[in-house]
Amino acid sequence: MSNAPVLTSRGLTKRFGGFVALREIDFALASGERVGLIGPNGSGKSTFVNCLTGALQPEEGAVTFKGVDITRMAAWQRARLGLARSFQIPRPFRGLTVRENIEVPLAFVSGLSSQAELETRAEETLERVGLLAKSASSPKNLSQVELRKLELGRALAAQPEVLIADEAMAGLSDSEVDEILELLMQLNTKGIGIILIEHIMRAVMRFSQRVVVIVAGSKIADGDPQDVMQHPEVVRAYLGQ
Amino acid sequence: MTSPSITASGAKARASSSLGFPLILLICVVSSAVLYFGLSQLDSSYAFLAAYTVLQFVALATAWNILGGYAGYVNFGVAAFFATGVYTSVIIYKTVQWPLLVTIPVAAAAAGLLGLGMGYLTLRLRGVFFSIATLALAVVLNTIVVNWSFVGGSRGVYVMRPQEIILFSSYERYLFVVMLVLAIGSVLIARTIENSWLGRGLAALKDDEMAAECAGVPSLRMKLIATTISGALLGAAGAPFPFFVTYVDPPTAFSLSIAVNAIAMPLIGGTATWLGPVIGALLLGTFQQIATVTISSALNLLIVGVVLVIFITVAPNGIIGFVKDLREKRR
Repeated sequence: MSNAPVLTSRGLTKRFGGFVALREIDFALASGERVGLIGPNGSGKSTFVNCLTGALQPEEGAVTFKGVDITRMAAWQRARLGLARSFQIPRPFRGLTVRENIEVPLAFVSGLSSQAELETRAEETLERVGLLAKSASSPKNLSQVELRKLELGRALAAQPEVLIADEAMAGLSDSEVDEILELLMQLNTKGIGIILIEHIMRAVMRFSQRVVVIVAGSKIADGDPQDVMQHPEVVRAYLGQ
Repeated sequence: MTSPSITASGAKARASSSLGFPLILLICVVSSAVLYFGLSQLDSSYAFLAAYTVLQFVALATAWNILGGYAGYVNFGVAAFFATGVYTSVIIYKTVQWPLLVTIPVAAAAAGLLGLGMGYLTLRLRGVFFSIATLALAVVLNTIVVNWSFVGGSRGVYVMRPQEIILFSSYERYLFVVMLVLAIGSVLIARTIENSWLGRGLAALKDDEMAAECAGVPSLRMKLIATTISGALLGAAGAPFPFFVTYVDPPTAFSLSIAVNAIAMPLIGGTATWLGPVIGALLLGTFQQIATVTISSALNLLIVGVVLVIFITVAPNGIIGFVKDLREKRR
């Protein structure tokens, strides 16, 4: 793992009318690093991710990726640079088969144009995420854990350097959580930096090399997972006082 | 490492896709020849004109489906693009008098540019807002044409067909073949788009624009490509129309029937594939022609309305979707 930051935000602020959803967030992710991003519901985690990936434009601050200022770039341009994400609620392309879902980023990010190559690479990706048997199925016929895997597979097909997994384990059973966690760990061994947004603390503690806590739009802690969980402000935010 | 199952299924798919286009082309050529000689046996110019009308709907429905079906942007302004083709043809007829085969690409270019312009003006509009904007485009163009005396204004304009046309015994037959080629060309373009990266991108865009963007799909660029191609094909289908009717006025060129049929036919056939608009246009178009001869042409829109209501209730994904659902249930 290199220590050079691959993804950074500096003074990131997002407002919705008078409501400040994010307040001057400074953040850095090193290449190949595993970071857990936690915070209570409504704390601004997804807004932060949306600002990083281009779904939302911040009012103030800057986002850089591999040294390039991407603050005003469209989401597709960020994806092509190597910044991928999965969504909190799975958002498959329901009009396409599972394999065709994977072919979309392969064609548009990896730039593959030969149908034969697209099919082969899509099936390789599906094998990696354990969905090869469902290749020809419609996403409508997938279970919740399979939909989560499809989200990760689609992000993976974009050959990212950084993957943001937004609550990839929400609503899953313990064994399914372990399955997704194992998958994320495997991806990380390939050098992909991962930001895991999650409420399941067991998963966050097992996965993360570092934990960042956002509460009410502000970053209140950033550091070693064990230390962060002992932080008085984090305890107060999670348990109340 | 690639597993044997991957190799086998991939090879099978590749084999079917490589066979697809020549096979479809062969089917088109053979069925066109059969249709032409079949109609010739009837020895009636009306048969060719009726077939022209049905094929015009195949071209229009297919063109509309590229934007409305593949990308999910419902264009209510079909008449604007069709009329652009019609009036480009009228302008060329009144000025340089180029042959129809030269006029068609010019009309397609004009309507394609209109599509590109519409795409730019409605870049951020989605859903019903986009549809209303396209409807407004048709109203604006209609108003311009009504007040433009060079193209006949509200009183309309007469167009004389050439006395003779090489290789064909009548102009009706020539128009039929031109529209046949336009319809087949539109279908082949739609099919190529559907099976290409563009089709994948449009399908992704239709389902979830933000997820598509995060998968690297440049949604605005895709939308512009779709509005341009769809507009160009709609305009191309309108170019021979003045020679078909020989008298064009705004109520004819901007006819409600054109717009309603071009939208209803893909919805009835199914919008997800190129075959849906073809089936919808052939069924509904033929049914309308039979009703015109046996009952009255006044019933045409009523037929479309009734059939559309039935399909939206019973088979919201059209005939193709209905058959697909039945097959899945049987498995």
